[in-house]
Formats: sequence, structure tokens, C-alpha cells
Amino acid sequence: MSVAEKNAVAPALEGVRRRRSSRWMGRRRLPYLLILPAVLFELLIHVIPLLAGIGISFLGLSQFFIRNWTAAPVVGLDNYKVALDFGSPIGHGLLHSFAITAGFTALVIGVSWAGGLAAALLVNSEFRGRNWFRTLFLIPYALPVYVAVIAWSFMFDRDNGAINRLLVDDLHVVSHRPFWLLGTNAFWSIVMTTVWRLWPFAFLMTLAGLQNIPKEVYEAADLDGAGRMRQLRYITLPMLAPVTGVLIIVMFLWTFNEFNTPYVLFGKAPPSSADLLSLHIYVNSFIDLNFGLGSAMSVLLLIFLMLSTLIYLRVFKVGGGSRA
Amino acid sequence: MRVRVSRARAFVWAALLAAVLAVVAACGGGGDSGGGGGSIRGQTITYWASNQGASIQQDNEILRKAIARFTKQTGVKVNFKVIPWSDLFTNITTAVTSGKGPDVLNIGNTWSATLQSTGAFEPFEGSTLNAVGGKSKFLSSSWSASGKPGQTPTSIPLYGLSYGLFYNKQLFQQAGISSPPKTWSEFVADAKKLNNPSKGQYGVALEGASITENAHWAFILGRQNGGDLFDKSGKPTFDSPPIVKAVKDYVDLWGTDKVVNPSSAQWSDGTQALASFAKGKAAMTMWQNNAENNLRTNGMKRSEYGVADVPVVDGSNTPIMTHVAGINISIFKNSEHKNAALAFVKFLTSQGEQVKLNEEYGSLPVVKSAQQDPAFKTPTLKTFNQILAKHAQPMPLIDQEGQMETFIGDAVKQLIAKATTRGSVSEADVKAQLSEANQKMQAAGGGG
Repeated sequence: MSVAEKNAVAPALEGVRRRRSSRWMGRRRLPYLLILPAVLFELLIHVIPLLAGIGISFLGLSQFFIRNWTAAPVVGLDNYKVALDFGSPIGHGLLHSFAITAGFTALVIGVSWAGGLAAALLVNSEFRGRNWFRTLFLIPYALPVYVAVIAWSFMFDRDNGAINRLLVDDLHVVSHRPFWLLGTNAFWSIVMTTVWRLWPFAFLMTLAGLQNIPKEVYEAADLDGAGRMRQLRYITLPMLAPVTGVLIIVMFLWTFNEFNTPYVLFGKAPPSSADLLSLHIYVNSFIDLNFGLGSAMSVLLLIFLMLSTLIYLRVFKVGGGSRA
Repeated sequence: MRVRVSRARAFVWAALLAAVLAVVAACGGGGDSGGGGGSIRGQTITYWASNQGASIQQDNEILRKAIARFTKQTGVKVNFKVIPWSDLFTNITTAVTSGKGPDVLNIGNTWSATLQSTGAFEPFEGSTLNAVGGKSKFLSSSWSASGKPGQTPTSIPLYGLSYGLFYNKQLFQQAGISSPPKTWSEFVADAKKLNNPSKGQYGVALEGASITENAHWAFILGRQNGGDLFDKSGKPTFDSPPIVKAVKDYVDLWGTDKVVNPSSAQWSDGTQALASFAKGKAAMTMWQNNAENNLRTNGMKRSEYGVADVPVVDGSNTPIMTHVAGINISIFKNSEHKNAALAFVKFLTSQGEQVKLNEEYGSLPVVKSAQQDPAFKTPTLKTFNQILAKHAQPMPLIDQEGQMETFIGDAVKQLIAKATTRGSVSEADVKAQLSEANQKMQAAGGGG
């Protein structure tokens, strides 16, 4: 090309380059701009308070300083030492609460998952009225938490509650009117209430997982003469494994952190058999006005949950690409 | 260079701008012009009231009328909210933490020292104290429970309360008991006579899950036994023998004596025990004088019940029958309408309003000028007044009073639950539970 021709083409090329680059910039910038508000709010509502909480755990933030956090003395790891000193009442209380919560979580997940699986298998097969069952099963999950748990607390009332009316007055199964929100029964009450609320979620996820299993596999198994239980054990459960993997870890995190249910059932002074960890930490912070200690407990809980999740994901290879 | 702004990008920038503006506006929040100096007419203040009546609705009605009188007098409007006892302390501490709260608020006077230590409330001294009428207008017993001794109080008395023994005259007559019990052993014996669980009738009505009730009785009965919750150097002594005995006596009402409705181990909202007494399901109850309001609402006539001195442990040298109970009123330091707030506090503690409000609530006036009003000369109020004047002592006036109530109240609640579900608790059980509470108190009291 001659110089003259190059000079003639150059501005056109320049324009193309500019247009291409401006289009390039626009296309690249737009997605970031769209997610920017969400990122800002995520920082504001989740990340910054989390960092502030971790910071507070190193302060002696009690009622003297809640008006002016920056004046609170830095106590280093003292709050953690108090929380982990299992010989003293505070550390012992935390350990006790942790043990109760672990037992509670294991029970709730076990029963919820099993119940969810059973219901999903039921609803998955064709029969009259299955839609009705499907809707019925979802009701506990759809009800607002506070409404549902308050209704349960009325049912658990010793004198007038529906449960004692049924067991003692109508069926005469128990003669001594039991307490449901005091003593050791309180643990079973909260397990019952939480399972009631949580199992529809397990049901939903499992049902979705079941519907992804091709019918041909079952037909082939029928031809080979496999019975229901064998099919369940060798086809259904393995093919549900990805769903189950995610389901268990989500339920674990939700249940371990459960605050609403114990708070509505027991208020700010729960019986020791139902002293769940989130409520325990809340009482230590807001009732006892020792926010530094409460924050330290929260950070310890966070570390535990993160470690558990990481180990779980590694061991069960959930969500990874290692499954073909 | 020609810039062609695509419609999508314009939309995104607009949305971003809107989001940022929304956040700024929300964070900016409530900045009406400060009420410093000059006339207070036309200003509006916010007031958090405590639940003193039989229901929040009743509080709303009583306060609405009082505030109407205030607005007529001064031109200041008051936005008020009645907060139930279960939430009041938490709401107050949240307000202290965030720095955003009402202008004026009620507090339980036992919290006065704890809230004083936060530094969030206006100290009443000098011109501030003069603006509400000065210290001498208040009863000294009520004033004594307004903060740590020797420090400037940040709350002043509003309503006076004291415990008393309510008894059902008819049930007493039917059981052949001629006069209310004076000692603790008489009290338990009478309660057993009046106890008839198969008919759903019990000797005493109390609320075993109420943290505040439990803490008060641990203190009162502990004092009767010659003990104290803290020693002279300020160390907690919850597990000392007199306190252990006091708590065991109280818990035994649910345990070995079984003179209370077992379900009351779950009651805590301040209405259940009174409803039980009002309906004749319990022959006695020990409650603060504002219970009369509640009983009236539940349909019990004044002639059906009497009020006597709280029973005292046999052989006691310290016949304390009540702590100096009551409601105090405070002003937030961050208030932008201090003069209007002070005017409101002065109004509520004026003679006229003290007579009206205390009469409606069934409580006792805290100002000397209102004490002689015939409204407070009924036989029951006379008894309460006597108890408050002669047999009252303030709960420990320490920074961690609020937490102390929680630790002790919770310990007693757990013991009552054990006594009810297992049948009884031993002295060792009581000592162990109180030791745990004691250690928590020591840990909390370590200078914050």
C-alpha cells in the first residue's frame, strides 16, 4: 500500500479500532457495574460486620464501653482463654452448649433426611392425591418461623397445651402431666419442632434429585429381578448422592446455627438441656452485657463450622468435578 | 470523539446513583432541628414507657391522657411507646450501643446503677436537677435506689413499689385461718392448709420462671436470713449459707412443700400468677403493689383480698420485706430536645400527676407533696407504704446489677425447674447452682 493509501485508510482504521475498543470497554464494564450494588451491600451487611465482630473479640467490650467502642481496652486473647477454660463455669457452659447443639444437630439432620427421603419416594410414585400430599408436606416449611414456633409453644404448655390434652386427657397414655419446656423434655421438644420445620426442605431437595434419575434404570433393575429395597440401596441412594451431599451440609449449617426456634420457645433463659449454642452466645452478649466474650465465642463457632465444612467437602467430594 | 451512551449503561448509572442515595439517606436519619435553648413549644420528643398497667393497652390509655395534659400545658408533643418488661432492658442497651434512642425513658430502678455506668444518660445535678424540682422534693427512700452512692444519679424516681402479701379473705375464712401469717413457717403451714391440688387450688401463686422475681426473692429472703449478695469488699457471696438457705426455702415451695401450681415453674410474664390469685385458684401471692390494678382488671373486688406484711423468716433480726422497688425515669445524653425532655420529666414528677398516675397504676408516689393525698390512704396502700418506709432496702447498687439479676434469677429458675420435675432439690443442689452463678458474677465483675 502506498503512503497516500495508508493515510486514507488510517482514519477509518482508527475509527474501527476506537469503536471496537469502546464497544469492548462497554461490554466488559457492564457486568461489573450490574453487580456493584450487590457487592456493596454484601460488604456493608455481611463482610464488614463480620470483621467488626472478629475485632470485638479482642476487646473487653462490656457495658462501660458500648457507648464508645474505640475506648474499650484491648485484651488480646483473654476472651478466648475464658471461653476455652473448660474448668470454669463460663467455659464449661460453652462446652456443654456445644455438646447439646451437636447432639441436637445430628438427631435433627438424621430424622429430617430420612423423613424427607421417605416422603419424596412416596410422592414420586404415581397415585391419586399425590399433589395434595406434596402441598401438605411443604406447609411447615412455608409457614413463617415465629408464627409456627409460637403455635408450638402453645401446644407445649403444660396445662392447656394440645399435646398434654391429647396424651393425658384423651388418650391417658401418660398419667403425670409432663412439662415440655422444662427439664430434659425441653431437648425433645426443640428437636421435634426443628425437625417439623426442616424436613420439608429435605423432602423438596430429595424429590428434585429423584426426578433426575432416569426411569430406564429402574426398569432395567426390575427386569433383572431387583426388589424395592435393593433398588433403593443400589440405584436410588447412589444416584441421589450429589443432592444428599449438598443437602446434609446445608442442613448442618442451618441447624447448628439455629437461633429463632430456641429463642421463641425458651426466651432469654433456656433450660440447660436445650441450651443451644447460638442462644447461649446471645445470652452471653446481650443479657450479660459481655460483648467481647460473646464475639470470641462466635469466632470460635465460625472456625468450627468452617473447618467442618472444609473437611466435609473434601471427604465427600461434594460439588467437585471428580465425579464423572 | 463522539460518545454514544447506550441506554443500558445510562440505566445502570441511574440505578447505581439511586442505590447510593438511598444508603446515604438511610444512614443520615432523623435530623430535626435541635431543641437547644429558647422556647420548647412545638417540639416533639419520644418517650419509652414501661408496662405498669395490667396490659399494654391500659398503659396506652393512661399515658395518652397524661400526655394530652402535658401538651396542653407546654405545647410539647410526645410520641410514646410502651415496651414489655421482657424486652425493655435489651431495648435500652441497644439504644445505648447505637446512640439512637428516645429522649425520655422509664427504667426499673434496680437497673439504675448498671445504666449509670454506661455514661449514656444525662446526670441529674446542678441546673438539670433544678429543672425537675430539686432533690428535696423526692422521698429519700426512693432517691436512695437511684444509683451508686456518692455518684451523680442519671435517673430519678417516678413510681414507688414494694412487695406485700396478698391473701384471699374468703379462702382464709373457709380454712379457719384468722389472720395472715407473720413468719415463714406460719406462711408455709397456712399454704399447706389452703392447698387442694385435686380441685386445682393452691396455697400460693408465684412465677418460677421470672428472672426478676427470683432475683428479688433471693435478695429479700437472703437479707431476712442475715446474709447479703455481696460482701463489704464487693465480692459476690451467692453461695454463702444464708443465701443458700433463703433460696432453698423459696424453691421448696415447688419442691418438698408443693404449695404452688407446678405449672408456675414456667410462668414469667407478670400476669399469670395474679390471674390465678384473682380467680381464686391460689389463696396467697407475694407481689408488688401495682398488682392491685391487675386484680381489678381480672374481676377481683377490693373487699375480696387483703394485704399484709411479707412473712419474715423465724427469728430474723433483719425483717426486710421488700427491696426498694420502683420505676425511675432517665434522659438520653444524646437527646436533641433536652429542655423539652426535662419539662416532661418535671411534669410527670409534679404533685398533680404523681397523684393521678400512681392512683391509676396502683403504685406509690415518690414525691413528698403527693404522699398525703387521700388516694393513698386505702388500707392496702397504707400497708405498702409502711413496708416501703420501714422494711425496705435497695438491691445492691453495683455496676453489674443487671447481670447479677440475670445470673441469680436464672440459677433459681433452674432450681425451681429441677424441684418441679424431680420432686425436690437438696441443699447441695442449691449450693452448686448458686456457686456457678457466683463464679459467673466474679468473671463478669472483673472491671469489665
